[in-house]
Amino acid sequence: MITLQKELVHVGGVTLDNHLILAAGVLGTTGASLFRMLRQGAGGVVTKSIGPNPKEGHAGPCLVPLERGLLNAMGLPNPSKNFLQELEPLAGKPVVVSIFGGKPDEFRTVASWFEGVAAGYELNLSCPHAEGYGAAIGSDPAMVRACTEEVAAFGMPTWVKLTPNVTDIGTIGRAAEEGGATALVAINTVRAMRIAIDLRRPVLGNRFGGLSGAMIFPIALRCVYDLYEACSIPIIGCGGVSSAADVIEMMMAGASAVQIGSAVYDDSSVFGSIADVLYSTDGVSASGIVGCAHE
Amino acid sequence: MPVVVTVVEVMDETPTVKTLRFDRKFTILPGQFCMVWVPGIDEVPMGFSSPDMITVQRVGEATQALISLSIGSKIGIRGPLGNGFSPQGRVLAIAGGVGVAPLYPLAVNGSVDTFILGARTEAELIFADSLMDLTDLKIATDDGTAGHHGFVTGVLDEQIDLLSYDTICVCGPEMMMKGILNRLSDAGIADRGQFSLHRYMKCGVGVCGSCAMDPDGLCVCRDGPVFTGDQIINSEFGSYARDASGQRKRV
Repeated sequence: MITLQKELVHVGGVTLDNHLILAAGVLGTTGASLFRMLRQGAGGVVTKSIGPNPKEGHAGPCLVPLERGLLNAMGLPNPSKNFLQELEPLAGKPVVVSIFGGKPDEFRTVASWFEGVAAGYELNLSCPHAEGYGAAIGSDPAMVRACTEEVAAFGMPTWVKLTPNVTDIGTIGRAAEEGGATALVAINTVRAMRIAIDLRRPVLGNRFGGLSGAMIFPIALRCVYDLYEACSIPIIGCGGVSSAADVIEMMMAGASAVQIGSAVYDDSSVFGSIADVLYSTDGVSASGIVGCAHE
Repeated sequence: MPVVVTVVEVMDETPTVKTLRFDRKFTILPGQFCMVWVPGIDEVPMGFSSPDMITVQRVGEATQALISLSIGSKIGIRGPLGNGFSPQGRVLAIAGGVGVAPLYPLAVNGSVDTFILGARTEAELIFADSLMDLTDLKIATDDGTAGHHGFVTGVLDEQIDLLSYDTICVCGPEMMMKGILNRLSDAGIADRGQFSLHRYMKCGVGVCGSCAMDPDGLCVCRDGPVFTGDQIINSEFGSYARDASGQRKRV
């Protein structure tokens, strides 16, 4: 298999220690767990999504492991502005703060708390199971552009995480790019549900949720491929990445780096495990393979 | 997916604690837990008190619903989850209140030599009769209605030679456990302590991070719920925890 040179990675204005980033929503509630992921080999981390007010999230079950995937509906639990104290021990580390809001000015408010604290922002315009947030606004190009403009105005790196639950993800990607996004992250979870047949009811407390993990990798790959054709800013591939080969495949589709989340379920030290296989001294530079499958 | 089980027996333990037995035995290690889904209410972590039992104290909406269930009710179980206890040599178990639940299967399988069981009052002692048969049982009640008048730590100080035990398994209110950890630490044997911790959990499988502890980011659901004393002595344990939104609150 192709291996990569270990190098500092610059994506959308953020400098990372390698190409492997912890995805939002996974082990990102506390500074300590984010730090643990960095120690275990993540090149950067994205926090749990932070919103304008503290939220407790949905009633459980909030997460159900499936074959090769996870179904979840957390409901955006977060401590809001109090999250600042979690980031204190992480000063100077490649920590991107994920933010959400119900309208553009809420994104601006939340972003303002982390100005100069975070290495960058990631806009959650893609959570599929929180009414009025995430994908509810992330499928509207005008809203995507407006929210991105508010946050990009701070002059910090601004990544925008996209939902796959749209007809044409390229249109949404272009809206983010026009709004000043410095990179696109694709994808958030895929809308999904399961029913407990013995109880005759949906298994998630929220009824519906989002699917992540290995089973959505081909969907994510296709979205990255489409965005590479449609947009000209860097793309970070996210969705089911669980091996070094997945990382290479994402890069060939057009990703400059990847995010890894659900794979921690099967391997809590997945960052080190992938890095051990992905990098070697005679590896190629990532720039040599990013988007090569489009040629 | 959760396993749907049927409640086949409901046992009153105390006015606020009941044990539910279901129609399925899980393969558990003592100290492991499950996520219990009360349909339409919530899903909450609960230690197995036996391979087919949970012992529930009313503390909130989901536990209130659980202890109100009758025979024939269906609930969902995800588990067993977490690491469980790993006792070696001579074993002392110390439980406060409903904290006896995850320690009980340890006594049932013959691992416990001495058991200190504490509660506020005699009527709130749980599993005392069978623990009497299974172990050298010592009782403490806050009001003195049974056994030692005071906390379990009083029994520890007055009746127990700590150094004669190779493993000290503990579950109960956090400040009780902290008091025991301090004694083990003073005796230079914090590593012999195995503490079953409680934190707010959402996923139960080490993904969401809501039960991660400072400063090492250990997840109570996956790295625990049982931690040795040396793992937690310089941690948030005994001072604060986080609520459902991730905000810190004193324990």
